[in-house]
Amino acid sequence: MLNRITDALDFQARALTLRSERQRLIASNIANADTPGYQARDMNFARTLQAATGSLGGARSVSTTHAGHIGSAAAGLSGGKVGAELLYATPGQTNLDRNTVDMDRERASFADNAIKYEATLRFINSSVRTQLSAITGQ
Amino acid sequence: MSMLSIFNVSGSAASAQSQRLNVVASNLANADTVAGPDGSAYKARQVTFQTQLMGATGNDPTAAGVRVSTIAEDQTAGRKVHDPKHPGADGEGYVTYSNVNAIEEMVNMISASRSYQNNLEVMNTAKTLLQKTIQLGQS
Repeated sequence: MLNRITDALDFQARALTLRSERQRLIASNIANADTPGYQARDMNFARTLQAATGSLGGARSVSTTHAGHIGSAAAGLSGGKVGAELLYATPGQTNLDRNTVDMDRERASFADNAIKYEATLRFINSSVRTQLSAITGQ
Repeated sequence: MSMLSIFNVSGSAASAQSQRLNVVASNLANADTVAGPDGSAYKARQVTFQTQLMGATGNDPTAAGVRVSTIAEDQTAGRKVHDPKHPGADGEGYVTYSNVNAIEEMVNMISASRSYQNNLEVMNTAKTLLQKTIQLGQS
């Protein structure tokens, strides 16, 4: 019965885990901005989140109403495990030392990801607050 | 907590950059050093960075830190100046200075300091986010 209460948090919790993974990934790229031969990595956040939350039931799973829609049922990930599929960034300007970190893009992604992480935190906070006020009934 | 290893990643990068800055400082300090009694002057040094995976399992590509792999000496010949009155002049009256190129070193210094700042900012952001995560659920 209790999982009915926490079910609503599951999606946001996994999104938060993924956001922190991506934050670390971008931090690695920024850290290796001067390493020769380093290839910048990034993840397709939408697809990874879909894969990570595919096993969650309820209204949060993506419903397919058209033959062209991409369903989320194919994802076999369960539990809190997040398997991010890492992609290589295409360099905007090539470098003599084969390093593909684009600092401008990384900085932008880092700020973007930080804001979205905070947004997810707020979603969880407000959801908790809503449930608390429902429990106390005041 | 995968966010906590951001401190390891960015910390290793900041430490590598500070080592690079140290090497630049020694190079600039020795820019005008002349050859000693052994006949060889100071040689410019250059650090080389290498990626170091530092996740919980040790092979996680999402936590890629940096370490200094080698500090190589530039083997090109030093600058020679004809100055027979100089106490360090050789038999033909030439003084051998170090092979430090001050302009290259200044560029290296600016690049290192910018990278250092970037990594500090990453750590600051991670700290803010973690603080907010700790306060999760407390209204």
